[in-house]
Amino acid sequence: MTDMWGDAVDASQIANGPAAVPAARGPQTVTRGQRTRGADAEGDAYLTVSDLSVAFPTADGIVHAVQGLSYSLPLGKTLAVVGESGSGKSVSSMAIMGLHDPKSTRMTGSIRVGGREIIGLSQQELRKHRGGSSAMIFQDPQSSLHPFFTVGNQIMEAYQAHNNASKRQARQRAIDLLGRVGIPNAARRLDDYPHQFSGGMRQRVMIAMALVNDPKLLIADEPTTALDVTVQAQILDLIQDLQQDFGSAVLFITHDLGVVAEIADDVLVMYGGRAVEHGAVASILGSPLHPYTWGLLESIPAVSGEPTRLHPIPGSPPSLLSLPTGCSFNPRCEFRTRVPDGLCEKELPDLAARTGDASRASRCHLVHPDEMFQSEILPRLP
Amino acid sequence: MVLYILRRIASAISVIVVTLIASFGLFYLAPSDPAGVICGAKCPPARYQEIADSLHLDRPVYQQIWEYLHGLVLGTDVVSGGQTVHCAAPCLGYSYVFGVPVTTLIMHALPVTISIVFGSAIAYLCIGTLSGIFAARRRGTYLDRTIVGGTLTIGSVPYFVVALLAALYIPTLIPIVPQAKWVPLTESPLKWFLGLLLPWIVLGIVNSASYTRYSRASMIESLSEDYVRTARAKGISERRVVYRHGLRAAVTPLATIFGLDVAFALTGAIFTEQIFGLPGLGVVTLRAFDKYDLPVLMAGVLIGAVVLVIMNLLVDILYTILDPRVRLS
Repeated sequence: MTDMWGDAVDASQIANGPAAVPAARGPQTVTRGQRTRGADAEGDAYLTVSDLSVAFPTADGIVHAVQGLSYSLPLGKTLAVVGESGSGKSVSSMAIMGLHDPKSTRMTGSIRVGGREIIGLSQQELRKHRGGSSAMIFQDPQSSLHPFFTVGNQIMEAYQAHNNASKRQARQRAIDLLGRVGIPNAARRLDDYPHQFSGGMRQRVMIAMALVNDPKLLIADEPTTALDVTVQAQILDLIQDLQQDFGSAVLFITHDLGVVAEIADDVLVMYGGRAVEHGAVASILGSPLHPYTWGLLESIPAVSGEPTRLHPIPGSPPSLLSLPTGCSFNPRCEFRTRVPDGLCEKELPDLAARTGDASRASRCHLVHPDEMFQSEILPRLP
Repeated sequence: MVLYILRRIASAISVIVVTLIASFGLFYLAPSDPAGVICGAKCPPARYQEIADSLHLDRPVYQQIWEYLHGLVLGTDVVSGGQTVHCAAPCLGYSYVFGVPVTTLIMHALPVTISIVFGSAIAYLCIGTLSGIFAARRRGTYLDRTIVGGTLTIGSVPYFVVALLAALYIPTLIPIVPQAKWVPLTESPLKWFLGLLLPWIVLGIVNSASYTRYSRASMIESLSEDYVRTARAKGISERRVVYRHGLRAAVTPLATIFGLDVAFALTGAIFTEQIFGLPGLGVVTLRAFDKYDLPVLMAGVLIGAVVLVIMNLLVDILYTILDPRVRLS
């Protein structure tokens, strides 16, 4: 599986990559379905995750938060990582940032950012990595900004941590960025505290802070979840717009498939700490191959037509302390019985191409999932 | 902001006035015998009457309170030892026992208490906060448990036991630390420092126990906040994450506790002063209580009220400075 999904790439190849890719990015008129998948262009990958496992030893046992995760992401592209709480999407992105406490975390595999291996870096080297070439936007801008420091102070601190800049230079940089993310009167608002901003404006501040050092990789961990729907759209537009300007790779973590359709080039669906489906956004949302992805699509409430009951996926996410044997999703899967010999309970399926399309993969034992989706799931969708 | 502070000061003054009137009532209406105290045993009735008259004890209570307040604000004439003397504002009356103005007694005792309280406050704030941060960063480890266990042990031994043992043993075991002795700062800063070293150490260690626990809990909470994760994600040094972002948020609740603790310490340093033989406010009040020296007692209560109210006011103002969210426009 790793041979298809993001092998570690030679660092020398990547060194030339960043400059070339932004120019290569197609204009906005290209429909998403026509965009090439990141994984097709291995040489361009800025972020490459290979066989990543993250585990937390606890008093109750070892929590396997992420297992055998592999993907790659080129500059200028957006990968959406989708999944429920506890699916490992945030844990894997925190690992890319090097934010896990090494004392309480066991990590194996490889994370290469711009050709550089992140796992095993010293705290000093990780410090330069965080907020420099890679930056992160968090879910709740209310709690993610320090309430006791002005926003200018917080943005300037991020800039000065990576640049040998004077206070005046840092201040000018902060004003420029606040203006760039659409905060009116940036020079004056710089000295305001986070509580003096609205939710959407606070998230803009967070984005400005993340972008202050021109990161090549931007990780957005559910950046719109805590916001109003109208504000959500503005923030998504802003992120897309900035991505065009900066040409950065965006790793977008969300559980909202509507957001995925809006912003992503590729989609990675996670369940129980593993990738269960991976491919271009059009194929994953248009004809998904994994029963879990089907369940996600079905659980989206219809906004028009007759009011109907919601269709949640039955059961609850698995305990990461003791995952079910075989396929992690099997206890909640209504198609389990379609697979002979109780294979679902016995054997973990590979993440592999299931149809003629080699650019996509799913982790499911079903033999003809594409036909099954067309005949059984599609009619049920609102 | 200015309006807020003015409003707080006005309410602070009213609290002090109410306390004053209430304590005045309690003391002067109680079945005490001021004239008897002044006159002493075997008092001729004529002399007794003369003293009672000079104290205006026959006048209605509200008039006595008025005279007291008048003296406090503008000064008054007081009869002491058969002579009429002028007692300048703020006049707290004359001590029945010593025949000197209460303000003189207080002015001698106050520097002692203030030296003890603020010196030890520096000690326990430093010890407590640093060990609290230390423990919070190593939460759940052997070191953390040792520190928490230690604070519980210290906290469960009565203070006067620790103080007594320290007063007895420390100067013998550690000769660098001399016995406690009051020397005014203006006389000799070195002797002042050395004389207070022992009570500072004892109070510092004993009180640091609770501050270790407060700051540990506060620090654990703030270090798990999202904004600390944001700070880490910025790539700033771990020290900056802990001390600038974590500690900055953790000190705010500590400030409240500290303000009240200092207020209580200023009014209640009796154990420390008595055990170490330091002539502070606590000792003066205690002696007055023993002898029914009402003006001194009244002054003790008044100072207690003023200190508490002022410290509360300071904490509130400090809070608006520490936390921009409660800053008032």
